[in-house]
Amino acid sequence: MLLTSVPAMMEWGLHGEPLPPARALRWRLAALLVFVLLWSFAGGLVQLTRPFNPLFLPAPWVVLGAMVELATKGQLWQHVGATLERVVIGFAAAAVLAVALGLLAGQLRLVRNVVEPVVELLRPIPPLAVLPMFIVWVGIGEGSKIGFITYATFFPMFVTTVHGVTQLDVRLLRAAQSLGAGRSALFFRVILPAALPEILTGLRLGVALAFFVIVISEFIGAEQGLGYLINDGRNFFLVPQMLGAAVLLGLLGYAGNAAVRLLERRVLRWQRPR
Amino acid sequence: MTAMAIQVRGLSRSFVAGGRTTPALLDIDLDIADREFVCLLGPSGCGKSTLLNVVAGFLRPSAGEVLVNGRPVTGPGADRGVVFQEYVLFPWLTVAGNVEFGLRLQGAPSDDRRRTVARYLELVGLTAHAAKFPVQLSGGMKQRVAIARALANNPAIILMDEPFGALDAQTREVLQDELGRIQRVEHKTVLFVTHSIREAVYLADRVVVMTSAPGRIKQVVAIKLPDIRDRFAPEFTQYESEITRMVKEEVAKVHE
Repeated sequence: MLLTSVPAMMEWGLHGEPLPPARALRWRLAALLVFVLLWSFAGGLVQLTRPFNPLFLPAPWVVLGAMVELATKGQLWQHVGATLERVVIGFAAAAVLAVALGLLAGQLRLVRNVVEPVVELLRPIPPLAVLPMFIVWVGIGEGSKIGFITYATFFPMFVTTVHGVTQLDVRLLRAAQSLGAGRSALFFRVILPAALPEILTGLRLGVALAFFVIVISEFIGAEQGLGYLINDGRNFFLVPQMLGAAVLLGLLGYAGNAAVRLLERRVLRWQRPR
Repeated sequence: MTAMAIQVRGLSRSFVAGGRTTPALLDIDLDIADREFVCLLGPSGCGKSTLLNVVAGFLRPSAGEVLVNGRPVTGPGADRGVVFQEYVLFPWLTVAGNVEFGLRLQGAPSDDRRRTVARYLELVGLTAHAAKFPVQLSGGMKQRVAIARALANNPAIILMDEPFGALDAQTREVLQDELGRIQRVEHKTVLFVTHSIREAVYLADRVVVMTSAPGRIKQVVAIKLPDIRDRFAPEFTQYESEITRMVKEEVAKVHE
């Protein structure tokens, strides 16, 4: 909704008045329905009038049909499973590494001085640019795909974790020390909870990036995975399969994001109680 | 001589900024007896907060030393509770969680913790708000939590750095009343920084008036008034005007 008055903005900020959840959900579903309807209409029109080969723009039911066919043959779950496994392992390894190193670098200037310049140098290189090197070094097996996700998702999570620690209000440390906190209590009861909002933001960026980069690494030398399905569809001109795999990737990415959001809402309830 | 809780000996502290050294405190000697309530009063920038921060162990002295119960201060510790002007609550903990913080660090059993938390929340009148988070509280409520948090840890000494400075005038007087009442129950040694003369005369056993920068002790005024004070009694007003005169001299120096 467009906010037209200053009082409305004063009351609700630029987001506007929040809709009741049931109505918000109905709006979202309606928008999705309209999108699918438009797609169906375009697909159907191409089928009827044939301005070009209808293979180029399959209607939603054709895409769905191709996916159902793959699923009944039992292949679809292998592909989804392979992609999910790579994403989960690669992302989890990166998260552990980035948060641990980030917490260390955030607190110890020496570590920060050593690690940060290297990270700042590597970070602007698009991860895709280093994929060929991963393949040269590690080969085209699972190792290089998982390692590539770990490499690509490490950076945003590391940077946000370091920032989360360094922006800590030192007065909180003073307050805790005056209540008797030693080094480990300061870490677990002040530094960690204070940095948690930023760490979770980093995790959300990491999840999104993991689904972003997995596809490309599955284009190269994979026999399974949603990226493989897309590339396979291109080679054999199976447009419905390409579109179906892309939609599935979108849904998985959405679910990953929703999972981190849920975690955020749980863990960061103190930011917006009730 | 009674036991001295805090002894400040020849304390000086200066700050270095841009290659220039600016003295903030110069040669402070001050003894604070056990269970005494002392207010540090002076124009802004006179170093009164610096003195409190050195006693708290947040700042190191440039010269001299601070002894707490006869031992030199080397850093912050649970024997000196601190209440900050900006409350500094842990935003991720509930009201009860904040009050419980020090007790958890001590490893107190959960039954004891619950009892102590309940007792101090009642003392500051926040029993009904135990489950709320700091973002849901007003400034006055936050400062009550901070006071309960410091007291629940049972330190012998409480250091308060302009604790009511950010509150509106009404809330401020309510909290002064409450602090007076709490002190009559808890009998802590309190070092209280303020720039409000009324507040100092209302709360203190002794008021330490400081000079403008660099901060020295200008005069120490013992407030010989009953425990429960009347802000409109003639004796109260007399102390107020006497101390106002001292502070005005110092403020005038700043503007010379």
